[in-house]
Amino acid sequence: MTDNLNKEKRNAQYSLDYERREFLKIGLKITGVMAGGSILSLISNINKAYSLDIFRDKYPYKPHYAMVLRQDRCIDCKKCMVACVATNNVPDYGWRTIIFKRKIPASIDQKSEFIPILCNQCNNPPCVRTCPTRATYKDKTNGIVMMNNKKCIGCKSCMMACPYNARYYNEAKKAIDKCDFCLESRLAKGWKIVACSEACPADVRVFGDLSDPASRVFKLVHQLQKPVWVLREEVGAKPNVFYMKG
Amino acid sequence: MTNFGKDWFVSHIKPAFERVVSGGRIYLFFVFLFGILMLVGIAAGLHALFIAGTRHAYGTYREIPVAILISTYIFFVVASTGLCLVSSIGHVFGVKEFMPLARRCVYLSIITILAGFLVIGLEIENPFRMVLYNIISPNYSSNIWWMGTLYGFAVVFLTVEFIFLFNEGNHRKAVIAGFLGVITEIAANSNLGGVFAMMHGRPYWYGPYFPIYFILSALITGCAFIILFVFLAHKAVTNKPIDEATKTALQSVSKLAMLLLGVMMVFTFWKILTTSVGNPSSVVALNTLLDGPYSFNFWKIEILGGIIIPFILLLASRGKNLIIMFTASVIMIFSIFFTRTDMIIVGQIVPLYWDLGVVEYSQLHTYKPSVHEILVVLGGISFCLLTFLLGEKIFYGFTDVQYPPLLKKDEPDAAEVQELP
Repeated sequence: MTDNLNKEKRNAQYSLDYERREFLKIGLKITGVMAGGSILSLISNINKAYSLDIFRDKYPYKPHYAMVLRQDRCIDCKKCMVACVATNNVPDYGWRTIIFKRKIPASIDQKSEFIPILCNQCNNPPCVRTCPTRATYKDKTNGIVMMNNKKCIGCKSCMMACPYNARYYNEAKKAIDKCDFCLESRLAKGWKIVACSEACPADVRVFGDLSDPASRVFKLVHQLQKPVWVLREEVGAKPNVFYMKG
Repeated sequence: MTNFGKDWFVSHIKPAFERVVSGGRIYLFFVFLFGILMLVGIAAGLHALFIAGTRHAYGTYREIPVAILISTYIFFVVASTGLCLVSSIGHVFGVKEFMPLARRCVYLSIITILAGFLVIGLEIENPFRMVLYNIISPNYSSNIWWMGTLYGFAVVFLTVEFIFLFNEGNHRKAVIAGFLGVITEIAANSNLGGVFAMMHGRPYWYGPYFPIYFILSALITGCAFIILFVFLAHKAVTNKPIDEATKTALQSVSKLAMLLLGVMMVFTFWKILTTSVGNPSSVVALNTLLDGPYSFNFWKIEILGGIIIPFILLLASRGKNLIIMFTASVIMIFSIFFTRTDMIIVGQIVPLYWDLGVVEYSQLHTYKPSVHEILVVLGGISFCLLTFLLGEKIFYGFTDVQYPPLLKKDEPDAAEVQELP
């Protein structure tokens, strides 16, 4: 009985507190204090602007291979592309990695910048979902999007589905070809670094295990001083290739 | 049990062959012409796949990986769904006006799927692997897997239905097979729309519009095919006057087509309106249709030829003037073919990195079909027309009389079937 009375009292007290808080919130909203507060709260704003939360929390693979591209360091020397072609036997009509050029005439310093591109090894890969024969799949250990060439029927639906134009049909392999973070050519043989990353003279391409807090990729992705972003985030493919400047 | 031995050959195949051969000079000329075109198309496809390489022989490339061959496949299989659905209104769901169309429609539905399969078989790089790995390594989250599998089942159901439709005693079985055919056709057709609707990296396609649109478009295509082929069958192949029941059926099909064209106008209006305020790259894609490289196709062919002119012609025909209805169906089918191509190309024409503003992808992609592709398309169309011509003779113009039983010789009804002349 006494307990019940106390409970009712607590509920009544909670109700009063709740109403008071709601009233204060309305007041703060009207006076703009809350808006000002959120502008000053830089950390929460960075989280919103660059959606760090979508890729900072969960790393379902071990090792969870990822790459951070420090975009402003790229000088378009194309050594990464050459190394990729040599390492993975990429034919002249295809590419696994490429460098795009963006012109920015309105800029007050350099008028253009370079953007390296490769398969984003997405956590939610549209190519894997759409493949009718499971010829392309996520490697269960490291999360790399792989190809099982003998299962590829060449319908090219994965090429349609890929938001990053990362795939092409390889005539010699009679299958779709794509970047596999050098898994077949290097990582499976004990190498710790991918060919493009090794060849880059400007240290643009930082490759590593995102699930390892000691790795460079982890540290670059998890710092808040410099913005980190992914390409075409709105697609929801959850890429494992990140971009940053500085 | 049916005996498929020598007796069956003598009683069925030989007379059917004789009917084809005695079809007259013009008939045989077209059989020969479409046969040759079909073989040329198959040869072109095989050459592209196994000798020249599709990279050289087809107009597709990395940025436009699928094009006119896929759109032709879609054209045929969507037509098949439409034929199946419109015919089912009669013999599955019991609307009497549509009943006289059943046999021909089911036959057309089968041959249009097969025409689609022929074209896609010459588009896919490794068609033999497809047969194996679709079965032993299925991906249940793939729309393409569902679409292919369901269309495969649809062919089986429709074939069973077709055989039962020739055996009076098996009408109930035909209805069951027909119903299963309808279910699988709708599911397959919708999954075909889903292939594009679930491409979340392609904003022009993405969304629930295409799976629904494809069902509507299938019904319209089905109506157009029925009018066209019934007209051709009677006026050009068998030279028999169209009976009253079939005329009434065509009138109903014509009314249905007008209703559906009206709905299509609303669909198209809202697709344009919603896309115009959507993702920037889908707005760019839309502009290629409204005021860009595909504006002639869109306004003159898709809208005028695909919707407005057929609607006016069908209205003017009152469902009775067969010449006007035939003209409307020809214009519709021609326009629908280009509508499919436009949908496929425009969905890919805007580079994936358009929003990134990079130099390499600052222009829209372009696509032009190659000679190989055109030959394969003609091959698919020729297969459809050839099998139509053969079917009209083999199955006696799909009329009610003179059928020997296709399945069971010892059926009680078999005794009642008239002897062949």
